[in-house]
Amino acid sequence: MLKQVIDKEIAQQYDVDERDLYDLNLGPSHPATHGILENRVKLDGERIVKCESHIGYCHRSFEKLSEHYSYNQVLTITDRMNYVSSMANNIGWTLAAEKLLGIEVPKLVQYVRVIMLELNRIIDHLICTGVMGVDSGAYTGFLYFMEQRERAYDIIQKMTGARLTTTFGRVGGLDRPLYNEFKQDILEWLRPLPKVIKEFHTLLTRNRIFIERLRGVSEISEERALEFGFTGPNLRAAGVSYDVRKADPFSSYSDFDFDVPVGSTGDAYDRYMVRMVEMEESMKIIKQAIENLPDGPHHADVPEVYLPEKKHVYSSMESMIYHFKIIMHGIRPPVGEVYQAIEAPNGELGFYCVSDGGPNPYRLHFRSPCLYFYQSIEELLEGGLIADAIMTMSSINVIAGELER
Amino acid sequence: MADKQTRVTNDPFRKYDLTLAERLYLPAIMKGMAVTISYFFKKPITIQYPEEKAYVPHRWRGRHVLKRDEFGRERCVGCQMCELACPADAITIQAGEVPPERRHLHTTERYAVTYEIDMLRCIFCGMCEEACPEAAIFLTPFYEFAEDSREKLIYTKDMLTERIGGPILYKD
Ligand code: SF4
Ligand code: SF4
Repeated sequence: MLKQVIDKEIAQQYDVDERDLYDLNLGPSHPATHGILENRVKLDGERIVKCESHIGYCHRSFEKLSEHYSYNQVLTITDRMNYVSSMANNIGWTLAAEKLLGIEVPKLVQYVRVIMLELNRIIDHLICTGVMGVDSGAYTGFLYFMEQRERAYDIIQKMTGARLTTTFGRVGGLDRPLYNEFKQDILEWLRPLPKVIKEFHTLLTRNRIFIERLRGVSEISEERALEFGFTGPNLRAAGVSYDVRKADPFSSYSDFDFDVPVGSTGDAYDRYMVRMVEMEESMKIIKQAIENLPDGPHHADVPEVYLPEKKHVYSSMESMIYHFKIIMHGIRPPVGEVYQAIEAPNGELGFYCVSDGGPNPYRLHFRSPCLYFYQSIEELLEGGLIADAIMTMSSINVIAGELER
Repeated sequence: MADKQTRVTNDPFRKYDLTLAERLYLPAIMKGMAVTISYFFKKPITIQYPEEKAYVPHRWRGRHVLKRDEFGRERCVGCQMCELACPADAITIQAGEVPPERRHLHTTERYAVTYEIDMLRCIFCGMCEEACPEAAIFLTPFYEFAEDSREKLIYTKDMLTERIGGPILYKD
């Protein structure tokens, strides 16, 4: 009954015949949606008349859960936010906690963070652009990209001991010293990458089918994107040159020379292109960082925050006491609040943390870029074709884990 | 914000007007096929899993092991620091006094009477290893321990403690 009333209203509003309206649930578990996202669409033929999106299928209440965790334990939660590039989240959180504690980490740590963040940006963009290929019917390129991603995971494994749930770094430094062949591994990984990206360009970028599938799909204007709170590649595709790495450099980003690619119309093709170019810029940053990688300790000299080295714990009383104090009493930052944003692969990933001086964060908010993209999905889908809906979803790269935390 | 390094990808990528060759589509197919066929002659990268194992580094965070010292005594003193540090509450320990007749099996007079790790809760973060002041617990590169029931995945102290003379299951 209600459905008929709603249908009638929609039909009047959009000037279609109400008997033509057809309901379709795109998601929550649909092979073409990326993650558990639900879009209820009303179709008139192939055209989407009305779209209603629902979120919450993947909500794990991370912010609340974190209030019971110590500052280092929160890291394990941030792994599970954007699971395509989990190290970016780890880095964001450690930076936020360090800002709260007022810790300045050594250059080596900052550079390694930059390298890993850019590595994760490349992984994320490899997946996103690869998936855009898959959704437009070109599976091959995706597999070539997956191979490169797999090789990156080898480095991440060596670095942290896990593939996806990395728990990388600790408040005050890295979780352990760098492994010996780190530099060679990264350079080795970078070597075939330009060729693979070039091949991908050959396969897709100037391919007529691909261009026609993408151009003009879900265009968003500069103003509208800003109104929605877009950040990252999606905002840059719309023509706004905003990048946290440039606007508010964190972790020594001001040392590196790189460009920020900017699109002009904010359609799916621009979003694709911005990501493709960004990968090349990331490679540039990694190369600079590896060349200038300084020596030094892998953590700041903050005994009351960073766990002492194991061999000292067994032998020296002082280290033993610090070790017990950190584990039993936790890290206690001063009373205050901070906001730290990083340029995660998807956009501005912010951590807002309030401390009451206790061992756990008093209140937390994670500003995940995906939530802001997803707000616009109804507007982007309405009026488009059903096939374009899939393209839209893959091109704005919504990751359910980050969207819903 | 918009400094000199900012580049607008306006030109090379905004050319939506297709050239004649691109409109014909055939050259794009040819080029695409050339790439695909070049991969045809490359060495396959697939790993045939059960027979072939993927690369697992030394640092891998997998199944735990409770170490013994060089005299075969249990290193764990039941201090419960790992339990405290565990973000997933996977570890349950009951600590107690070592009975005199078993004193030679332990390094101090306290020990863990029971030590359980719920492998279904564990997220393999490695915080227990980091928190242990006695170098007693380590995460090993062993990762294949699927079971067919939940009970079997609650690992008890017997299952976790290193066997004397058994395979060495530790990292450092
Ligand atoms: S690895 Fe992490 S989750 Fe697992 S038992 Fe140790 S501290 Fe707990
Ligand atoms: S494993 Fe280590 S931290 Fe845990 S109870 Fe034993 S000695 Fe303490």
